[in-house]
Amino acid sequence: MKGALLDRLLAERAAKRPAALVTSLNGGGQSLVTAEETHGDLALPLNVVAAARTALRSDRSGIVEADHSRFFIRVYNPPLRIAVVGAVHIAQALAPMAALAGYEVTVIDPRQAFATESRFPGVRLVTEWPDEALGALRPDRRTAVVTLTHDPKLDDPALEVALRSDAFYIGALGSTRTQAKRLHRLQELGFNQEQLGRIHGPIGLKLGGRAPAEIAIAILAEATQVLHQGEAAEAEAAGAL
Amino acid sequence: MNDDDILEQAARWRSEGKGVALATVVSTWGSSPRPAGSHLAVDQDGAMIGSVSGGCIEGAVVLEAQEAIKSGNPRLLEFGVSDEDAWAVGLACGGRVQVYVEPIE
Repeated sequence: MKGALLDRLLAERAAKRPAALVTSLNGGGQSLVTAEETHGDLALPLNVVAAARTALRSDRSGIVEADHSRFFIRVYNPPLRIAVVGAVHIAQALAPMAALAGYEVTVIDPRQAFATESRFPGVRLVTEWPDEALGALRPDRRTAVVTLTHDPKLDDPALEVALRSDAFYIGALGSTRTQAKRLHRLQELGFNQEQLGRIHGPIGLKLGGRAPAEIAIAILAEATQVLHQGEAAEAEAAGAL
Repeated sequence: MNDDDILEQAARWRSEGKGVALATVVSTWGSSPRPAGSHLAVDQDGAMIGSVSGGCIEGAVVLEAQEAIKSGNPRLLEFGVSDEDAWAVGLACGGRVQVYVEPIE
């Protein structure tokens, strides 16, 4: 790889723009494909450029063949993000776990007694109201939104924003009964069954644990499962690499 | 450690004037432990960051990476159970994996 191309790739990463590095496994040349452009010394057949953009959408690296050559497409998508509403005990376990799993973590809680640096060392904390804070984050298809406060006046506004976004995972802490009441309130705000079906509640895979760290594992496990099921479906729809 | 850590370390070694190579898993068959796209960056002295397997073939890949740094040419490696050399370097997990090793110029 040319040093200049590595620098370019690092610049795209820093700007959080998706980029795919295409390498000819026959000749060794390389070019970087972004949403609008390509850069590099490898002239790419148009169908390889299209395959690179498809690979970015399905987040799958792999080999394609074109013009009797093999090209390796390496996908570099912006990091996954998770917005955690409620700077509570479970969030204290979830924030470092999610960071280890590759998520950029934001913890949102307007209650400043909860959202403190000493409780969340090194974690990005936002103390605006959850709907404003989450709206500013613009959740996309690589963002998970998790509500943990149990308090409808904090959780519900966040869920409203999440439901209007492309967030790949939405989870809400609370019992089956709490979840039923929550869905009823959101229904009265005009959300239909299909939209409300996106909310995972009670949150997390059923692992059986009740300690905060165990619940955090169940949440992260569920988000991981939903993420990869979605990617597999997209890859299939796009014609898998 | 994520992709950015690996790429940034590679860039840092390079800015320190060291020879650097990047190894990338390009295809896998069977139960190989790391998916296509997994990176291992290696400097001229054999320091490494990242992984291309569960630890089975990294030793061999580091040697190939140092050769690639010296020669300036990329190479495509294959490790698998059908390959006696692969047993020698210990890819005992039952899979097969192709690794592209390229010097960073």
